[in-house]
Amino acid sequence: MAQHKINYLQEAGLPVALTTVDKLVQWGRSNSLWPLTYGLACCAIEMMATGASRYDFDRFGTIFRASPRQADVIVIAGTLTKKHAPFMRRLYDQMPDPKWVISMGSCANTGGMFNTYATVQGADRIVPVDIYLPGCAPRPETLQYALMLLQKKIRTEKASRRLEPKRLV
Amino acid sequence: MMRSYSDKQNVQKKPYYSDRFWVAPQISKEAAKSDAIFASDLAVLKAKFEIKEAYIQKGQLVVYIDPKDNVSVLQTLRDELSYNFLSEHSAIDWLAKSGEFEIFYQLLSTSKRKRLRIKCFIKEKEILKSVTDLYNSANWAEREMYDMFGVIISGHPYMKRLLMPDDWYDHPLRKTYPLHGDEVAQWYEIDKIFGKEYRDIIGPEERDSARVDVNDTYRFAHINHEVPFGAEPSSEKTVTDYQEEGGVFIVKKLKKEDAKIVKERY
Repeated sequence: MAQHKINYLQEAGLPVALTTVDKLVQWGRSNSLWPLTYGLACCAIEMMATGASRYDFDRFGTIFRASPRQADVIVIAGTLTKKHAPFMRRLYDQMPDPKWVISMGSCANTGGMFNTYATVQGADRIVPVDIYLPGCAPRPETLQYALMLLQKKIRTEKASRRLEPKRLV
Repeated sequence: MMRSYSDKQNVQKKPYYSDRFWVAPQISKEAAKSDAIFASDLAVLKAKFEIKEAYIQKGQLVVYIDPKDNVSVLQTLRDELSYNFLSEHSAIDWLAKSGEFEIFYQLLSTSKRKRLRIKCFIKEKEILKSVTDLYNSANWAEREMYDMFGVIISGHPYMKRLLMPDDWYDHPLRKTYPLHGDEVAQWYEIDKIFGKEYRDIIGPEERDSARVDVNDTYRFAHINHEVPFGAEPSSEKTVTDYQEEGGVFIVKKLKKEDAKIVKERY
């Protein structure tokens, strides 16, 4: 015989949470986005500052990984030269699905001020980009904001979304 | 004095821009014998080699030599005249003017505290001997010179492009090389990663930094008013609170208006 009676209509309610698999899986994915330790130019310094203790990417569950095999996100932080473009694409290809790309700063977005023969005019010519982050270089807050928007985007996606090749194979 | 007349008919045909009225500033030249150390150095060189011209500019001796003598001249300068440091070595493109490269070796003597510049002219396809055996710093400088100008070096231990990729076409620091790259350069990464058949799919590079597209309003969301791709711009502020929709089970969400701001420290 129960000695007490719990009123589930008051307090916190029934100790049961209802959700969908999509929401649950994407909640998990979005809260443990592991970016690749990969910097190209001065934007990488801002990226490092974002990872360090003052801005602390860790509290978003974002831990930089040294291997593309363990990474979900690649932050293209800096000027992407034509010489380096094949290696960048290879790193992207080595990341397991699902994967996302943040293009950080003007150089990665459009080539920026390097309107020359040696610079890729926008990283989206090489890999499909999810978030374009303006700035030269963007402050750590901006990168955090971009990551939060990416998390938001991931939460609206389907967990089992067909991995159809985006424009580029 | 009137400026000499030059035909302007084919100005547009020139591969690079030149201002007809531009007069390059000239630094005044002094005679080589005005400095005792340089005068004696030059006398040693003149006794052994053919010296075309020599003068002092900005306190540095400039000596024009025959390009075939370059190794032996530098050998003399290093071993006998103690110019022990090759600080700079590259080329200047005069191909449009005279079909020649001007090669310079900037030398420093740390014991004499003097800088000396050896210069020579070579034709476009002429082969220049490597000075890597004398100065190690010439190693990368010569590779860069080959990479950027296409100056052919003989006797280099590792002649390979320094800056551009190995399969790059042409030499980008030549005056005739377009700043935005030739066709091979513009499609370089596409050809290499995806193959030539992807050129049509990906399209040419956008080189106009001032281009305005009618779709820009839809492609670029306003900051703090982000919308999904293709959606109408919204005046509603994007919620940036870091929490799930409708909150997380058990975790209580902090409302800003409920927060108490303490004015005095305890």
